[in-house]
Amino acid sequence: MTDVIATPAPAEHRVDHELRRAVLRPVLETPKWWWPSILVLGAIVLLGIVAWIYQLAHGLGSAGYNDDAFWGIYESNLVAFIGVSYGGAVVSAILRLTHQSWRAPLTRIAEATALVTLPIGMLFIIPHLGNPGKIWELIWPPYWNLSSPILWDFFAVSTYLMATIVFFYLPLVPDAQVVLTQLDDAAPSTRVRVRQSLYRALVGRFGGTPTERRRLNGSIGLLAIMIIPMAVSVHSVLSFAFASSSRPGYMETIFPVYFVVAALYSGVALVVLSVAAVRKLYHLESYISSRHFVRLGFLMIAFGAAYLYLTFTEYLIDGYSNTAGPAAWVYQIVAGRYWVPFWFYFVAGGLVPILIMAIKPLRTMTGVTVASVLVVLSLWVKRLVIVIPPATEPLVRAATKSSGAVSGLWGTFHFTWVPISITVAATAAIPLLLLIVFRFVPALSVTEMEEVAAESSHQGGRP
Amino acid sequence: MSETTSETASAVGTTTPVTIQRRSVLRAAALGGIGLGVLGAVGSTVALAAEPSSTTSSGPNHQWCMVIDLRMCNGCQLCTVACQTAHFLHEDQTWMKVYTMTNAAGEEYPMPRPCMQCEDPACVPVCPVGANFRTPEGLVLVDQSKCIGTRICMNACPYDARYFNWGAPEPAPKQPYAQSPEWPVPQVQGTVGKCIDCAAMLPTGQIPECATHCAMGVIYFGDLTTDTAVNGMGQTIKISSYLADNNGMVFKEEYGTHPRVYYIPGHGQDLVNDHDAAI
Repeated sequence: MTDVIATPAPAEHRVDHELRRAVLRPVLETPKWWWPSILVLGAIVLLGIVAWIYQLAHGLGSAGYNDDAFWGIYESNLVAFIGVSYGGAVVSAILRLTHQSWRAPLTRIAEATALVTLPIGMLFIIPHLGNPGKIWELIWPPYWNLSSPILWDFFAVSTYLMATIVFFYLPLVPDAQVVLTQLDDAAPSTRVRVRQSLYRALVGRFGGTPTERRRLNGSIGLLAIMIIPMAVSVHSVLSFAFASSSRPGYMETIFPVYFVVAALYSGVALVVLSVAAVRKLYHLESYISSRHFVRLGFLMIAFGAAYLYLTFTEYLIDGYSNTAGPAAWVYQIVAGRYWVPFWFYFVAGGLVPILIMAIKPLRTMTGVTVASVLVVLSLWVKRLVIVIPPATEPLVRAATKSSGAVSGLWGTFHFTWVPISITVAATAAIPLLLLIVFRFVPALSVTEMEEVAAESSHQGGRP
Repeated sequence: MSETTSETASAVGTTTPVTIQRRSVLRAAALGGIGLGVLGAVGSTVALAAEPSSTTSSGPNHQWCMVIDLRMCNGCQLCTVACQTAHFLHEDQTWMKVYTMTNAAGEEYPMPRPCMQCEDPACVPVCPVGANFRTPEGLVLVDQSKCIGTRICMNACPYDARYFNWGAPEPAPKQPYAQSPEWPVPQVQGTVGKCIDCAAMLPTGQIPECATHCAMGVIYFGDLTTDTAVNGMGQTIKISSYLADNNGMVFKEEYGTHPRVYYIPGHGQDLVNDHDAAI
């Protein structure tokens, strides 16, 4: 393998007409199921917006918050959605950097998943705020207080959004050129003209010569290197909003690593689900096989095992300390009021995925998909277990035996219809945005697949 | 300014000066560790931003503080009611809250908890839009016209002394003072509120409502620059000697927040003790 930055373009670029037909058809013609899916998903998203408007009028109390549970579901969602976006970008970057030839049909799906989940996660800052009408203060420097972890978050995530957009765009340039050539043959109409100008804008002055291809691949390689430390720092900084405090359960030095690994774990799982859905919907069975699923599955449980280990370390050490704050918090999680969600994570997000990958008959496309559903769901629940218990722990530890003393007891976050609707809407927004993206952009990276095929046949490897 | 106040505090024999403070840690990070030019620049801005905003050359005339004599408190919660009446708060917005605590012998005793008006408050540096600030006279206040409601200050406060307006605030009639951080009445939906030591009333020579209405004379309100405090029954104390003679202490001293609320214990309690309580 040659060095990463100067990946040479293949000497001969063979056009795979069958591949192009299969991949470009859903871009050039509207699939039958497309509009109905968009309408259903759009309706769900609309319901979430209605819930948010209700919350604007009635205050955050209508979303189940109170003084004894000041943070809850929105803060978990912020972490969970930005987390899954992380997986998509890093999976693509890691596979590119290690020159995994099997990556070719997966990178576009992974990058698109990162591209759509990150803005959804960022949007959770809006229902999270008590006074979203003043959100402009966050982007208006005179108001900035640079010692605030929330402002660090804001800078980190915005930077990462830019990088994700570029990382999605660069590999898309030669594909946009391919689509543009296909449109030349189409009968002229307004729709075709609009599309032509869109793809022309995307292609820019890229002409597809070997030198240009080499430069493009070099830029992608450079960005793949940059996006990994960037994503690590983003998720570390995201954890600072919790960890930079004296609150038991938040003040954990393990948090930055913990957040990064959780993001990778759930992110790979969501990539598996996207790949499974795209494969079925766009009939790409001949390009994406169970081999891809199993390899992604192994990547996923590597992160899963690391996450299980970090969880164990954190709880053991805090619990063993037998101090009032940290030990009380661990006790409430493993045996107290939060035991159900925690053990759900442990079984569904810790043990079962590892067992599925360990037992050979279960290690199939269906097995990996089922494991991924469990991981995405249980890691969302685990984020609730990270955010809610410390936010409900009383810091002034008052007497609890006196029946009259209600002060200083553990608080309760109420899951009302408002945050649940908004969360469901955000979840529906992922497939909604992916369907819109793949209506304009080929779901598989056509040129990359052709290049990788040429490269491997050149080296005598299997495609 | 913080130098003088630390001296006053140690003069009354209650707080040990803690050498490592939040802002010095930030300053060290800015100077030493980061290495990247841009981040270094940001770090020094952080250190500057964390400095107290005092600008007057002659220095402030007052350094407000509170002394709570737990020996007298019977837990009647008149202070809570007086506070909520004066500031038009909801029932669960207990800016002045009376906790039922347990001492080492397992006996219960009441403990009023206002905002500690910390000299090095944990809530101020964490606000992304600078809605929290500390006045030259030592009051920690919230500018509700700036607050965007992230609630990270509620996360930071080790005393659970901050309260959010989760819904529409209690309506209030026309007030004698203009709506301001010194008199945030009525409260604003979606923002944080907290005990303000009745800041707007202080220039008129009144003491906070909780102190005025305490029938037991538990709550003394005073000024460290004159070393005098007075309670609602008109009893006056010399703060330094009163704290020294009666084993005065601050709540959760180990957090390094340097509270301006001093407690006089009387039930064998240990307010500093936060780490070895049983689960």
